[in-house]
Parts: sequence; C-alpha cells; structure tokens
Amino acid sequence: MTASTSTAANGGAAPLRGLLSAESPTVATAGVGLFADALRGQAVTVVEADWQPPMPGTEGDLARVLADTRRAEANATAYARMVAAGAELCDVKQAKDALGLERGTFLHAGPPIEWERMSGPLKGALIGAVLFEGLADNAEEAEKALAAGQFAFEPCHHRDAVGPMAGVVSPSMWMYGLRDEVHDAWSWCSLNEGLGKVLRYGAYGPEVVDRLHWMTDVLGPILQRSVRATGPFDIRSILAQMLQMGDEGHNRNRAGSLMLLRELLPGMITAKASSDDIAQAVRFSGANEHFFLNLGMPACKLATMAAHGVPGSSLVTTMARNGTDFGIRVSGTGDAWFTGPANTPQGLFLGDYGPDDANPDIGDSAITETAGIGGFAMAAAPAIVKFVGGDVPFALRATQTMYEITFGEHPMYQVPILDFRGTPTGIDVVSVVRTGILPQINTGMAGRVAGTGQVGAGLVTPPAECFPAALAALGRAVPA
Amino acid sequence: MSVTHVDVRRGAYHDSVTLLQVSRTVADVDGVEAAQVAMATELNVEVLGSMGFDVPEGAGANDLVVAVRAADDAGVAAGIAAAESALAARSATQSGGFGDAPAPRTTAAAVRAGDADIALISVPGRFAAAEALDAIATGASVMLFSDNVPVEDEVRLKDAAAAADVLVMGPDCGTAVVSGVALGFANVVGAGPIGMVAASGTGAQQVMCLLDAAGVGISHCLGVGGRDLKNAVGARSTRQALAALAADPSTTSVVVVSKPPDEEVLTDLEAYAGGLGLPVRWATLGAGRPDLTSAVEALLEAEGHEVPQWPAWVADGDPAAGSVEGSLRGLFCGGTLADDSMLLAADALGDIRSNIPLRDDLALGADLRDDGHLVIDFGDDGLTQGRAHPMIDPTLRMERIAAEASDPTCGVLLLDLVLGHGAHQDPAGELADAIREAKHTARDGGRHLPVVVSVTGTESDPQGLTRTAETLAAAGASVFLSNRDATRHALSFLGSAR
Repeated sequence: MTASTSTAANGGAAPLRGLLSAESPTVATAGVGLFADALRGQAVTVVEADWQPPMPGTEGDLARVLADTRRAEANATAYARMVAAGAELCDVKQAKDALGLERGTFLHAGPPIEWERMSGPLKGALIGAVLFEGLADNAEEAEKALAAGQFAFEPCHHRDAVGPMAGVVSPSMWMYGLRDEVHDAWSWCSLNEGLGKVLRYGAYGPEVVDRLHWMTDVLGPILQRSVRATGPFDIRSILAQMLQMGDEGHNRNRAGSLMLLRELLPGMITAKASSDDIAQAVRFSGANEHFFLNLGMPACKLATMAAHGVPGSSLVTTMARNGTDFGIRVSGTGDAWFTGPANTPQGLFLGDYGPDDANPDIGDSAITETAGIGGFAMAAAPAIVKFVGGDVPFALRATQTMYEITFGEHPMYQVPILDFRGTPTGIDVVSVVRTGILPQINTGMAGRVAGTGQVGAGLVTPPAECFPAALAALGRAVPA
Repeated sequence: MSVTHVDVRRGAYHDSVTLLQVSRTVADVDGVEAAQVAMATELNVEVLGSMGFDVPEGAGANDLVVAVRAADDAGVAAGIAAAESALAARSATQSGGFGDAPAPRTTAAAVRAGDADIALISVPGRFAAAEALDAIATGASVMLFSDNVPVEDEVRLKDAAAAADVLVMGPDCGTAVVSGVALGFANVVGAGPIGMVAASGTGAQQVMCLLDAAGVGISHCLGVGGRDLKNAVGARSTRQALAALAADPSTTSVVVVSKPPDEEVLTDLEAYAGGLGLPVRWATLGAGRPDLTSAVEALLEAEGHEVPQWPAWVADGDPAAGSVEGSLRGLFCGGTLADDSMLLAADALGDIRSNIPLRDDLALGADLRDDGHLVIDFGDDGLTQGRAHPMIDPTLRMERIAAEASDPTCGVLLLDLVLGHGAHQDPAGELADAIREAKHTARDGGRHLPVVVSVTGTESDPQGLTRTAETLAAAGASVFLSNRDATRHALSFLGSAR
C-alpha cells in the first residue's frame, strides 16, 4: 500500500476518512470503564458499550463463523428476502386439500417430538383432534391409540404451515392459504377458535369438538367463498397498519382482527349460505380478538421461508415450541432444529390460575418474533403490558434491546413512538451469542394439565442453548 | 473467629479494572478483613482460593464472585453493601430515563449510536478481534488496547482497516492522542507541529513528555501496536499513519517511536517515509541506535530548538559512584522504557536477563528469578493474562520491590512510573511507601539500596510531574524525567559497570 493508492481509494479526500481533521473526535468505548471516564474528563463525547463476554464456550465457533466470508452478503440476502416477501390471503381450504394431509396424520407446533415426551396441552389437543376426526369414540380410546403409535405426527413447519399454541392440524380442518408472489410460495394456518377452552390450549371436551365441527361445516365454507369472491387480501398491509394502532401482532391483534373482518365481511354476507349461518359466522369472527393471529402467523412464515436456505446466513428463520422443547432453525443450516427445554412464561394469570398451572412455552406463534413483530414490536403496543405483565418502560426497552440482535429494521412494520423506526427484524445467531441477549417473545400460557385450556399470558425467551448449538453448526458449514 | 461470605452472581459481568476498584472499596470497609469482587476466571478462582475463599463449582468467567471475610456478620453485611453500591454506581452511569434506548451492547452498536470516529476497545484479548472487525466494518478507526490478540488476527484487522480507509491502533496499544484527545494512557501535552507514530505506548509517552519539557507540542500521536514494525505485520498501520500525518496540515514533521523493530521492516519503512515530503525521524530502539532521550535531543536540534536540562531530583546520601556490589534490578511497567534501559545497561554491564530479553538466550524462567542483572516488564502479555495492566494494578511489581529489598544480590533498583490520563490517580504515594519500606529492609540487611525512578509525566498531568517527583524524592529515591538519565544514574552506582 502506498500513499498514491490510499489517495485513490478515497478520491483525494483526507486519509482515514478525515480522522485527523475532526475538530473533536467522538469515541465509542467497549471494555474498561476507566477509559470512558478519562475521556469524559476531557469533555469528549463518549458512547460506552455495555459490553459483556459472549455465551460461555462459544469462542472457537464464533471465530470460525465471523471469519466466514460469505456471511455478510448471505445475511443481507436473507434479510432482503425476508422483508420483500409478500403475504396475500388467497384461499381457504381443508388441510387434506391444502397440504395433502393424510387421514391419521396430525400436525403439531414446534420441533418434532414423540408422544411420550409431549406436554399436557399437546396431548390434549391431539386427543381432541382424534375425536374430531372420528378416529376414536372417547378420550380414553383416543389417548390409547395415540400412545400405541397408531397415528403419525409431524411439525406444521415441515409442511410450510404454522399453528398457534398446540398447533394441532388434522385433515378435515380448514386453513387459510397465504401466497408470497415475490418468491412463489404458499403458507397455511388453521382458523382461530376463539379464547377459553379451545383445542389449541389442549382442551378436548364436547364443546371444543362441537365447535370444530361447526367451523368445518359452516365457517370454513363461508370464509372460502368470501375469499374466493372478494380476495386476495394483503395481510402485510394490515400488519403494518395494526402496529400503528396499538397491536404487536402476537398477543394483541384487536385492530388487526377488525381490519380483517372489514375485508372479509362483504364476501361473507353475500356468500351462498343461510342467513343464520352467516350471522353466526360473522358474530364468531367479530367476537374473537385473536381472529387475525392466524393470518399474521402465516404472513410471518412466508417472510421467514423466503429468508431460509441462504448458505452462510446466520439469521434465524424459525422459532417454535411444542410445549416440551423450544427449537430454532437457521437460514444457513438447512432443516436442522436446534432445541433446548422450553421455558415457562412469566406473566399474568386468568381467574384463579397461578404459576404452577402453567405449561412450558408452546406454539408456532413465535414466528411473529422471528419475522420482526410480536415481542419485537412491543413498543408499538404499550397496552399489552396489562395482559402479559411488565410496565410500559419495559415494553419500550424490549423493542429497543432487540435491535442489538437483529440484522435490520423492517421497512413496512414501524413503531410510531420510536419515531416510526422499523421493527427489529432478522435475528442473527451470532449477535445473540455475542451479546447474550435472548429474543423477547410475548405468548399465551396453556394449562399444564391436558384439557385445561388457557391459564394466562406472559413473556418468555428461548432457552439459551439453542443459539450456541446453531452457531456450532454454522461453524461446521463454513467451507474449508 | 471471622465470618466468610462467598456468593456467585451468574452472568453479571464487569471489567477487571472496575472490579479492582470495587474490591479495594470493599476491603477498606471497617470490619472487613479481606475482600475480592472478581469474575470467576481460572486465575481469579486461584487468587480467591489463596485468600481462603472457596468458589462454588461451576462458576465461570461470565459469573461474578463477591467474597468478603470480616470479624462478624455486621462486617460481612457492610462489605456486601459496599460492593453493591459500588457496582450500582458503575451501572447507574449507563441507565437512562423513560423510553431511552438501552446502552449499546457491542462496539459496533456504540459506534453507530454515537456516529463515532474512533472505537476504543479494551475487552479481554480473546474477544477483541470480533469487536474490532465490527467497528472497522462500521467505518470507525480502532484503538485496540486489548493485549493477547494473535498476530494473525492483527494482520487480518489491519488489512480490513486499510480496505475501509480507517486505522487500527494496536493491539496492545496503550497510548494515542488524536486532535488533542488522549485515548488510553496519555499525558497532557501542548499542541504543536510534531506528529508521532508509535509502536510503543510508554515509549511514545516518554517522547511526548520530553518534547513537552523542551516546550515543543505534538499534533497527533497515532499508536500502531507494539508488533507493527515486526516482519509478521510489516508496518501496515505505520504506513497508513505516516500517510495520514503527511497529509495533515497541522503536522510539519514526524517521529516514529518503536520497540526494537525488525531490520527489513525498518529499511523498507525508511524508504517509504523518504517519499512522503516531510521530515520523518526515528526513535526506534535497538543495539547501535540512539536511546529515546538521545533521539528526542537529535530531533530538537534538527528542528532548531534548544535541548533543555532534563528535570532531575538526585537523592542525597546514596553510596559513592562505583561502590555498590550486586546487580541492576529494573522493575518496569512500561515495556519500551524497559527496552530503552536494557539497551543502555547492556552497553555498561553486558548481558541482562529479562522476560522481554534482547536475545532469546537471555530469557528469564517462569519464576522471573536470577542473581545477575535483570530487567522485568510487568506490562508484558505474559504477566497481564487475567489481570489489569500494572499501571492500573501495581500489585505484582510492589511484591517484587519488597522481594528485591531483602535480596543481597540486588545492588540498585531502577523503577519507572508513568503519569497521565488513565494511569493511577496517586501512584507516587503507594510507590514512595514501597521505596521507603525497601530501603528500610535493605538497611536491616546491612545494605544501602539506591533507588532510581524514571517518571514519565508532565506538569499538566492530573498527577503533576514535580509533585510526583518530590513525593518519591522524599522517600529517598532519585527521580529523572529522562529514562536515559535515570538508567545512567542507576548504573553509576555499580562497581561492575564499565
């Protein structure tokens, strides 16, 4: 390197980006606090990093992954695909038609799991689904058949689908179909059953199964006719708007649900069905403040699917829980799951329920955080602290902290109170390991005992060990 | 019967310098007999063990240990309370008001948050390269104080920096001054036309302090790291720094300060410097080349300045010249000052053993013991793993001063003391006590031990040159601003010096 090439490199401007001509240089510090103090003593502007060592035992893997020359561009590509992905509600179909789901096969939330290790709510939901499909006459029989291995289980994520809480999907259930035109992909999610005793929280009593039958016979066909007649509907646009109306898209979907209803109503009202059925379908949909969640989730799934499979990328493309294990998948490591024991959420409880009644974290709904909303957009939804616990400064801090572990700021999803800053989007495994900051997830809490239903809502993080494990796999994938 | 308390706080990280200060605060609490607040690194667990504190299994380098022993429960409680308030005071500077963004957690995030020109990185060495690479990618120049950074990482960082048109000052860079802003350890000196490029921290400080004493100021002092002029690094940062200073209107000439460089690198660099269009002078240590003081004197003469009488405070009542048996014992915090003294002393005494030896066969063993002449650099990488630099934590050197005082083969003690930003706020008081103690111990052993201190500092430094020198002189030490003059004075006592 010579003076002439260095001059050429910066087009004749002062070398070192004008470092020596700065009137009073601004300094960022990391490490010994004494040096920041010494600079402040000279009236220098200092920004001090609250630096902490990376997660224990990760030094070798970090060095390998940081030296991966593909990573910067791979992450930029994965991120660009994530935020470019479209999400239009184009169809509503039964799972057997949408996913080719065979009779006797059931999808569930989270990473793969065998019956013996399943938690109460997931077992309960599967029992309910077996009953709903008419594959057993009563709960005992259903449980016996499930335990005997007569049915097949598979994660929703393995079929490009997502399911809230237990996330159990059976062939007769109706599903929303969302399409990403940009990347030519589809994602599917079941219809929301409302709150209280519902299958997704592990309840399987007669009222639960009866409701599922009504949804199959009445609601599903009406929604299909509505969407086919008046769709497609741009779900991302609703997401962008609801964040500016106090929703975060995971545990608060009030504005989103109303906007969705506004889109669907004309088609529902004019659908070929009895006026009683239409009235009931509209009432059911309008009464459910989480009506939109089952659209927001597949929209997020399309975004993370688009970002998946970029060699060298360390961005997280799945976070999902089955009530026993929490699993993540990463863009650059293919279909491998990196799992750890699911944490139990901390939060507020319904009625007389308390912490001992809560099941560990469950559901595919953490796809919202994976795509940059939900807990990551908490600052947009200060009212949520009344539901999940914490206080408003916490909500503001949660979103701002997530910028430390994300690649970019979402161009569409914005937080008004942060001056319309884009939500933190694209969790980087490397940043999580380096800072020790875990993704913030807002979630509902299922009862520990099968059949209970929802007991509360709260805040949770993934188990830390998922991230060093994913980092190690990224390290192994670095070309020699 | 005293009461012992040990608790481990998982994932509560604080830097070693902060914890050193917290430990001292706790140890000073009434009723506390011993205290240590430290991260549970291997070294610290050992230290805690030797202090009689058992650290529970499973505690690791990311966990904080609070260990207190006191006469009674009240003393322990007072100690813990003091630790907590000291730790809280530290983190209080970090937290803001309602809705404020939390403090950034990585160097790159801090650079972005403040649109910073420079990132000053002093995290433990094994984590430093990642932080530095990020800062470079964000467009900031880096001062890398961290040591124990592998040389291949250094080369990688410097190549990335050159491509991004930023400068990496370091690793193991203690000193830099950019447009009057002192980074790390640096002295308060006037502004002036001399640009400095320094592959040496304390060497650069010695040069800027001598210039200051001669009434000549500096424009910038760009550190480059102690290995920059070695073959493995090939003066990557020095070339960038020289080019930047050559283009800087406030700089009219440059001096390059370095620990002994590799010859080929120096030869190439001299050729490179010849084409820059401004005078470049050399204070690059090595056999047959001038010491730091003489290099500054040559620079002053070439620039048309008068060479002043360097400040000195010579003790009364020391033994006559050439009358002392025994060997030279140089105990240094500054590596370049140690090199400077060692080169001068080798001319007079022959071989000198050291942990930073002039020749490989002169290396000291791990115990750092020898009956002959020796010079120890307590700031060397090998002695700073898991602990703070001796300019912040002087414990090891203090212990060695006491050991030399009772060692009959020690003829004269040569010490350095570096003042300025970042250094201990009152280093002279502690050192004066140690010197008084050492002289006393030697007298009890029937010896008269001369002590010579080379003080690198200026009157404008927070600690003050004269004030510091007078405190040391009152303890019976001879004090010199010039490291050369201090070394020569120490040598003058020895009968073995030629």
